[in-house]
Amino acid sequence: MLGVGAYRTRNLPTRSELLPLPIGEMTWTLTDHRGRSVRPADWAGRPVMVFFGFTWCPDVCPTTLSDISLWLEELGADADRMIVALISVDPERDTPDVLANYVSNFDQRILGLTGSADEVAQAAADFRATYRRVAKDAGDYTMDHTAGVFLFHPDGRFVSIIDFHEDRRFAVPKIRRTLS
Amino acid sequence: MKHFLLAAALILSAPAVMACETVTIGDLTIEHAWSKATIGAGRPGVFYVEITNAGSVDDALIGIATPAAGMPMLHETVVQDGIASMPHAMSIPVPAGQNVQLSPGGYHGMLMGLTTALKEGDSFPVTLSFEKAGEVTVNVDVLSLRAEGPDCADAGQ
Repeated sequence: MLGVGAYRTRNLPTRSELLPLPIGEMTWTLTDHRGRSVRPADWAGRPVMVFFGFTWCPDVCPTTLSDISLWLEELGADADRMIVALISVDPERDTPDVLANYVSNFDQRILGLTGSADEVAQAAADFRATYRRVAKDAGDYTMDHTAGVFLFHPDGRFVSIIDFHEDRRFAVPKIRRTLS
Repeated sequence: MKHFLLAAALILSAPAVMACETVTIGDLTIEHAWSKATIGAGRPGVFYVEITNAGSVDDALIGIATPAAGMPMLHETVVQDGIASMPHAMSIPVPAGQNVQLSPGGYHGMLMGLTTALKEGDSFPVTLSFEKAGEVTVNVDVLSLRAEGPDCADAGQ
């Protein structure tokens, strides 16, 4: 299920609970991998591509970031104005420094974003993303999380999601639609 | 894409292209074993491989072991209603006459408790245990964190 239990669309009965809010209506504050504070207003006028993940994730996250890196290379300079961000669902381990190390392995346009537990929860609620901590042996844990890649127009409108298992050849045309 | 092909060409020119080695046990052929570099030893590593069963009897991969990790396990990435999770896989079916891939976004080996960080260009052995065919060891080539698969002349990747 998309949507976060704690989130309710207060006084917005016509707003879908399944679709991400327009960027301009989001209220999160996060910190990027260079330690700078980032708010939705900072993304005004730019196309946006967002993925939720975490750096301890062995399969889905590096695979998605590899895909995103290939898409960005194919798009070339056309995607230079695009905001491309990995939002960590594991802020306990993913500090800005950890994210900086991680994103350095992928296309340099990809930002890593993290924050306090509450800040990340707010971002997930705004995007209608979900995540859940799953305990493993010896105090270790992993995270279940929304795996799609969210796309937004420069005016902040949500465009579409690139699903994890959808044919990756459709991704670049989808992204192009947000760039014009 | 151009950069990917360039990167692939560089990997091909590297001296130890273990991922392109093929081992067999009984009717099973095991090839294209690869892993991704890790940042430090704290994060889990990953193990991908391709298994072909040319025989007429179904088999199953029931476990993996490696000196590179204290707790290697078989997992499957499952995406349901848009949410990715990684349940433990008790065994991975290798049906007669079929090809099974442990590959990004599907079945994979999760290498928890790495003894050391996995570095691009390294290789390490993994022993696969099959229900019927028994055990076989394959060398696993460590590619970059952003690699999407090995580039062997015969690779289906």
